Amino acid sequence: MEQSRSIPSRRSFLKSSLLAGGGLLISFTWFPGAGIADPSKMNDLPEQWNELNGYIKITPDNIIKILNPNPEFGQNVMTSLPMIIAEELEADWQQIVVEMGPHDNVKLGPQFTGGSNSVRMYWKPLREAGAAARQMLIEAAAQTWNVPVEEVTTKAGMLYHEKTGKSGTYGSFASKASGIPIPKNITLKKVKDFKVVRNSQKNVESLKIVSGKPLFGLDYKHEGMLIAMIQHPPAFGMKLKTFDAGEALKMPGIKDVFRQQLYEDGYEQAGFDTRTFNDLLVVVGNTTWEVMNARKKLKVTWDPIEDSKETIAARGGKKEVVIPGGLESTSTHLEKMQEYAKKPAQQLRRDGDPETAFKNAAQVIERTYNAPFLAHNCMEPMNFFAYVTDEKALVVGPLQAPGWTEPTLSKILQLPADKIEIQMTRMGGGFGRRAYAHYLIEAALISKKVKAPVKLIYTREDDMTYGIYRPMYTATYRAALDANKNLIAFHVKGGGIPEHAIHANRFPAGAVDNYLAEGWEIPSNITIGAFRAPRSNFNAAAEQSFLDELAEVMGKDPIDLRLELLKKAKENPVGQNNEYDADRYAGVLNLVKEKSGWNNTENKKYSRGVAAYFCHNSYAAHVVDIVMQNGRPYVERVFSAIDCGIVVNPDAATNMVEGAVVDGIGNSFYGKLSHKDGAAEQNNFNRYRMIRHSEVPKKIEVHFVQNDIDPTGLGEPPFPPVFGALANALYRGTNKRYYNQPYFDEFLKQAGKPENKRSF
Amino acid sequence: MIKLNINNKNYELDIDPDTPLLWVLRDTIGLVGTKYGCGVAQCGACVVHLNGEAVRSCVTKISRAAGQNVITIEGLSENNDHPLQKAWVELDVVQCGYCQAGQIMSAAVLLRENKNPTDKDIELAMEGNICRCGTYLRIKKAIHLAAEIQRNGS
Repeated sequence: MEQSRSIPSRRSFLKSSLLAGGGLLISFTWFPGAGIADPSKMNDLPEQWNELNGYIKITPDNIIKILNPNPEFGQNVMTSLPMIIAEELEADWQQIVVEMGPHDNVKLGPQFTGGSNSVRMYWKPLREAGAAARQMLIEAAAQTWNVPVEEVTTKAGMLYHEKTGKSGTYGSFASKASGIPIPKNITLKKVKDFKVVRNSQKNVESLKIVSGKPLFGLDYKHEGMLIAMIQHPPAFGMKLKTFDAGEALKMPGIKDVFRQQLYEDGYEQAGFDTRTFNDLLVVVGNTTWEVMNARKKLKVTWDPIEDSKETIAARGGKKEVVIPGGLESTSTHLEKMQEYAKKPAQQLRRDGDPETAFKNAAQVIERTYNAPFLAHNCMEPMNFFAYVTDEKALVVGPLQAPGWTEPTLSKILQLPADKIEIQMTRMGGGFGRRAYAHYLIEAALISKKVKAPVKLIYTREDDMTYGIYRPMYTATYRAALDANKNLIAFHVKGGGIPEHAIHANRFPAGAVDNYLAEGWEIPSNITIGAFRAPRSNFNAAAEQSFLDELAEVMGKDPIDLRLELLKKAKENPVGQNNEYDADRYAGVLNLVKEKSGWNNTENKKYSRGVAAYFCHNSYAAHVVDIVMQNGRPYVERVFSAIDCGIVVNPDAATNMVEGAVVDGIGNSFYGKLSHKDGAAEQNNFNRYRMIRHSEVPKKIEVHFVQNDIDPTGLGEPPFPPVFGALANALYRGTNKRYYNQPYFDEFLKQAGKPENKRSF
Repeated sequence: MIKLNINNKNYELDIDPDTPLLWVLRDTIGLVGTKYGCGVAQCGACVVHLNGEAVRSCVTKISRAAGQNVITIEGLSENNDHPLQKAWVELDVVQCGYCQAGQIMSAAVLLRENKNPTDKDIELAMEGNICRCGTYLRIKKAIHLAAEIQRNGS
């Protein structure tokens, strides 16, 4: 048995207490979780929950409720995190009820959905929570039966003492167990003994979703609730000057129109306080349609913004950020990027003597890659409910990081944290966007102003045109070869608006003797933020396309070249701080090579591309097979190999990888958010093309590396290498390299076809 | 007064006849299973059945639905046991789940008209429904499974 010491700081969220009279911590309707087949459970509100710790409550009649601590945005933590607890608790998964936990970082841990971290960061605490509760139940039974603790065993929510033939449910001992101190030494199961984890369990919310239950923020209702919308400036680089609400206020159902400043002048922003605009024009009314119509009647004048500075206190310390005035356009962005790419940049890493190696090279290959801003396009647009009074605040909605948002809300509302209740609804997508909760703060200030419960709604147009976008990126890669076509130096210089994407310590750093990474940035007033594997989703397109081209020049198989480099990185690593594990990296390449039949002649009918990438602690490789049909490329098949350590819920994990593949094809093929004079040129799905049913591969085959490594994360890692593998497949299908995203635009340009504006 | 029947229940509504059916369902009636995704008939999250035909409720004025029958995801089956709902659960289709009601409502019309749709039939019928999570492949499999459940009557 593995011994695991309970960390003192975690004791607080393993606190045991008795909650009588329901102990419902959140005002959601109570539904059964895993036992979804039994709708009769829906109406039986248990009278007494015995709380064994923050995550686990058990009724006397042995209903076991597990609280999912982490916000759900489609990664299926509502199922996978409770599975981890149920495993160590030795509970019968079919009898478990799962409920979304309240925001409570003391009892329920970090509660942050992002960075592919949910399972990774909760793995050990949840195992310990389950195991501790099980030990407390055993202790309670041993005391009651007056038998040694070591002789009490558990199975599927039952306690047994073999010698005396005694047995009882968890429920019958839960009350006593809740009074037993949390054990000091918690014993965890061996991985090989897992019964719940590593076995596919169905999504506990499926039935609710397919029957249209109110799960999402936009579905939330509160008595007396009003609807609010914000009239944003027509472009980035503009701000509100004057407004005339006369006509709007005459529209039916309209309660108020007012100007609302979001952050006070000089407000020191936290890292995720990013907001598109600070001076807001707000319309409040009874219904969504009424507010939408009234908003159109506003007469507003706008002013250009001046250059300004913002103080941002992020993880790396406090920094001053310049926000330039001016109306920015994609065409000028591209020109500026070309200009900056020629200037000296910040050195991020240097190994050996890259300058001399390039000077002495027999051959130098240089390629530049570009990618546009991307909009998140979560299917559920941004929204939040708020009810703020002078004494307290209730906010309910879609949110990835309540623990980061609460301090900001507390400051803005001047309410102590214990007067703020945050409830997290299921999110209709997140992809990083909902870590930036300015829309929650906006809703709270609006509610405070109108002294009523309010739901703030962004229309699709608001959502798409005032985004916190994936930045616009570029990178120039150079490789130096000697006379024998050996790689002797590697140089990457990346830039972006307003940040570059370079991860200097990632592959092929560590595998090349002479290595240089540099970065530069162009300030912008267009707001950016995390987008499913931020930075990596660009790097894996550019770097993996470059390696493919390099392999071709070197006369090597693209997988073999990567494996050779990884062998060197393992056996004779260059430099310091190499972020990746060369064995795990090579592992996914070898697995995808085998599963895709990389060298099988029968696969020659496809144009095949390969790519592999490491990010967010996990490893992913894909082989993408395309065919040309109706005069355009289609992805026919994809083979994926993933190493994310132990896979908690295999079928759900497979679903996530399938989704990442489709999302990767969609974004690299079609994704583009461009600007003209500060205004987004795409404002809805008729102009922003998303991948649709007919464009999805016929087959996506997902393989996981089988190992016993603690889970390392899955939401993001499979996404980036799709971009590179697709570019490489397109090259083989069309004989042209793809340097610019979106690839479909590039394909049309190369094929001499007109730009495709059709959304589907 | 606009009279209409939603999920086999009669309603009389005193409402602006230009109001989209979507917002009547969500804000007035309180049936929020039908989702707002784009408001311009591009994403399919708001698909409902108007006299059995799939329509985008975000661009369907309530006056157009007057005197007619509307079925939403909440009324698709009595016990959440429509073959599509069964298949969706069985194959664990959903990720975030937001678009899935619209996907199912589009698929329900397809399955009524075509008892054994091919991949191509499904693609054509479902092309108007976007899923950013990328669950399309499972949706296709679930429609095939639902067709099978429907044919076998179980």
